[in-house]
Amino acid sequence: MQNRSRSQRGLPDFQENADPQKMAFLLRKQWALYSVTPLYKFSYANMKEYSRHLSAFVAAEKQKGLAMVVGIDLSIKVIFSTLLGLKGTDRDQAAILVQIASKTQTTSGKEEEKVVWSGWFCCVFGDELLENVPEDFICLPLFLANGAETYTAIIGTWFQKTFDCCFSRLAISPLNLAWMAAMWTGYKVDSHAVATELIFSVPCIPQRLDISYAIHPEDAQALWDTVQNTQGEVTQEEVDLFMDCLYSHFHRHFKIHLSATRLVKVSTSIASVHSDGNLKILQSKYLIGVLMLLTELAILQIQ
Amino acid sequence: MRAAAPRPPAPDGVRRGQSACSDDSLAQTAAPAQAPPGPEELRQALRYLQGVQDRVPLRRNRALQKHLATAESVALQSGLPPDALGQLLNVALSGKHADAVNTRLLKCLIPASVVPGCSVVSAVSWLCVGKCSSSTELLFLRWLIAMFDFIDHKEQLYALYGFFFFFLQDEKLCPYICHILYLLTRRESVKPFRVRKLLDLQAKMGMQPHLQALLSLYKLFYPALVSITLPAKMKTYFKNSESLWKAAINGVRQRNQRTSPVSQQLILGPTRLQSRKRKWNTPLILPASSSSTSNTTVSKEVSHVDIFSPTESFPLEKLCTFSQLLQNIHCLEFPSRMSSVLRNPLLLHYINCIKDESIYLRLNYWMGQALQEECIWCKVDNQLYEEDFKDFLDTVYKAECFLQEGISSCEEFLYKSLPLWDGSCCRLQVLRLVSWIPLNSFSEVKPYLCEPLAQLFFTSSLYFKCSVLESLKELLQNWLNWHVMQLDMESNSEISPLNTTLSGLVNCVAELIHFVGQLCAVALRLESNATFLLHFILDFYETVCDIYLKYNLPLLVLPPAGVFYPALLSMDSIILNQLCYIIYRYRTNLVAAKESELVKKAILQFKFSSQTYQEYNQYIMVMVGCLWTSSAFQKDIHPQGICLDTEVLEKTRVQEFRNSFNIVYHPALTGYAILFLEQAWPHDKTLDFSLIKGKKWNWYLEYLYTQGLEGLKFFIESSINRVSQTSKAKKGSVHI
Repeated sequence: MQNRSRSQRGLPDFQENADPQKMAFLLRKQWALYSVTPLYKFSYANMKEYSRHLSAFVAAEKQKGLAMVVGIDLSIKVIFSTLLGLKGTDRDQAAILVQIASKTQTTSGKEEEKVVWSGWFCCVFGDELLENVPEDFICLPLFLANGAETYTAIIGTWFQKTFDCCFSRLAISPLNLAWMAAMWTGYKVDSHAVATELIFSVPCIPQRLDISYAIHPEDAQALWDTVQNTQGEVTQEEVDLFMDCLYSHFHRHFKIHLSATRLVKVSTSIASVHSDGNLKILQSKYLIGVLMLLTELAILQIQ
Repeated sequence: MRAAAPRPPAPDGVRRGQSACSDDSLAQTAAPAQAPPGPEELRQALRYLQGVQDRVPLRRNRALQKHLATAESVALQSGLPPDALGQLLNVALSGKHADAVNTRLLKCLIPASVVPGCSVVSAVSWLCVGKCSSSTELLFLRWLIAMFDFIDHKEQLYALYGFFFFFLQDEKLCPYICHILYLLTRRESVKPFRVRKLLDLQAKMGMQPHLQALLSLYKLFYPALVSITLPAKMKTYFKNSESLWKAAINGVRQRNQRTSPVSQQLILGPTRLQSRKRKWNTPLILPASSSSTSNTTVSKEVSHVDIFSPTESFPLEKLCTFSQLLQNIHCLEFPSRMSSVLRNPLLLHYINCIKDESIYLRLNYWMGQALQEECIWCKVDNQLYEEDFKDFLDTVYKAECFLQEGISSCEEFLYKSLPLWDGSCCRLQVLRLVSWIPLNSFSEVKPYLCEPLAQLFFTSSLYFKCSVLESLKELLQNWLNWHVMQLDMESNSEISPLNTTLSGLVNCVAELIHFVGQLCAVALRLESNATFLLHFILDFYETVCDIYLKYNLPLLVLPPAGVFYPALLSMDSIILNQLCYIIYRYRTNLVAAKESELVKKAILQFKFSSQTYQEYNQYIMVMVGCLWTSSAFQKDIHPQGICLDTEVLEKTRVQEFRNSFNIVYHPALTGYAILFLEQAWPHDKTLDFSLIKGKKWNWYLEYLYTQGLEGLKFFIESSINRVSQTSKAKKGSVHI
């Protein structure tokens, strides 16, 4: 069921133990979004072991079946680590970062490690999902991947086999994109404010027609402030009204009914997201807020 | 695949597809071939081929040709049983026959189940005595590589490592020997003298990919022993040896799979050949059941259960028979991916007896995703894969039937997707799944299930209507069966999982029946009382009328008038007969209920309301009035009944209209009446129905009974008191 309203929940910053370097690493990268069903028998204590196994698995897959020995020095290394502080409540499980590093020799003969792929699992305010899940399962419903699709496939396959889970692409419906447009417009940014841009797609033959609608961030914020009246909560009506205002403004100038087209992309100063399920987060301050909404959508998809 | 284990399979393109299934799970002997050459002919052929003493030229020898052809056709049709395979292998390598014969024999050595390890050992011993030509030797090695996964006792083969290693010297055989050694090499096989030998060979023959493959494997085990640098990437190390047998193996596998429905996945490898390449995260590809290797190896250090458990767990790959399941049920471990149980009846048995919430959760999470992601009418991109999706829904349905229980993620899928369903794609599968929706509060189900279904029902063809009614009947039966099971389990004082009270249950079932009743009444009007539809409707009510006695649930719902009257006035004798039977069963149930009320005297929580009795009495009066006492149109007080003013009836100018629905004149029965008249008065051509009365009436009744109208018989014998026959069978104890 679709939520009619969402609370803003005060949007905490990361908890104090967050590693700022790691958080910065998550920003300004294009992440492909997936939903993941709970991981069966995942154990945080075994992450070293997982690193070794997954390294061998990736190397084996890359070499298409040539024998590999677990634990020996490989040119490819998988590193598991936790992303501390990346959670909404204490009941949320700790987020996991998985990275593939490739060793290359530089011209000077030095070995260099370069991260070629990263992916992370997280759960921010996932109370709804956590309610009835027994202890054997670790719930990290949102997975974000950056890097070659082949690596995503290898890592995903390993996780699916090892923890009996399922990955599915998390597509974002126009309705939810409108939510993001509205909610993120409401977040205040101190610096680096960029235009709020909405991209609409018109199904045309032979070629698709895209309409880009950019609004000055201050104007968008001013509009949202007039629309929003319930404190600490955003309602569906407010979101609809916000979008309707934008639509009618556009119609006045261009005589095009945007409501008849399909919203496919939203970018704001906070983050940008495409309906295909690609995300870029720009502001560390609202990382938790963005992930909260996406966790909710991921949970909706796996339930 | 256990890529993280020390010995993953050989390079790509050489031996693929074997990964998911270990060799031990192959122990499935195929049924003897039923194609023209039977087992007896195969035996004869074997005897002949073994008996040949000298080399016989193939061309002029009819007998040899015939027996060779027999062996070939059996092998290609259903594969060779292990013993025959061993014998033929022996013949082929013994050098008794000409090379052409040996080649043909080797090419047809397709195992039905496994290749016995001992036969390979004796074959290798033939190589050592040098009886056969080098081309036969070569072909044998290629065969060995292709069949490696089918060999049952590999430890015997490991013992021959040294022999194989010796053959490396043969330049022609070398690439294939390298491949075999690659498959056989374990850590303990790597010895300094072997490394030296390989390096010598490499120095002599140059950089050969097959030697490099073996060396790189040695280097993986003992990096210190192999100091040379080997190229990091290599496309192919070995030539493809499998190609000669691949098609035949797949053919045999598919045919054997078709003929043994019980344990599909046990035959050779993963479940099903995938028709096409799909995304990595496609949930529809059901993995073969394999033990959770990664989990156990990883968790061994932390899990205390492993340490203290007295028995070692039994690997799933070895689980092939029901008796194995029974013997090892205490030490089975679940597969690493729960979805694999769907195609494995033994594991379905197992999860049926294990009450562990996580099993169902894993299954549910996966199935929810699979159904949602692959649903062909919810996602446009999936339309190409209709067959796969159908196949998947079939598998889910079969599993539900096996477990006798609906799977909750499947239920949710139906609620989500039925409103979008067009009623035609995967119709059979979807409607079957509907029948396994678990018993829930009906008011919750109604908007998701009944409304979309009713919409489709009213706007679709007669055939669709019948299919929906059929699946709703199954649904009702499944609910009732579930209830009976719960009653059985109550003695074990188990709380029902849904925590439904009896009254809740009765309400649910009643609501479902009322819903179907409404559908039926409307459908009959839409389809102008089609007989075909009536059959399905009465089938449904045949379950409904017996709920009290057969399923021990205090509930009795009569069909609505919109169903009762069309059935009573149907032109089809089968329908009328079925209605009579149903009304008779209603009576039996009502009488039983009344009796138990009287006997127990206690205040029962559930009593059939007096309204039910009234309704029943109304129906039975109409039936008796129509069929027996010839008083149609008179006493029917039902608002939807067939009561007409005498004046109106007289205007129709039908004489004796009161008779028109008795057992002689009823349109469904006049055919019988005519046949009866023809037999009773063969010379009277006037067909005077009024002759059937008095004693003849009884004869006619007997005649009807002999024509298979059993329902009519039950009805008349139970509902009509015919003790005093003087007054032409007045209606008797109709009222209960």
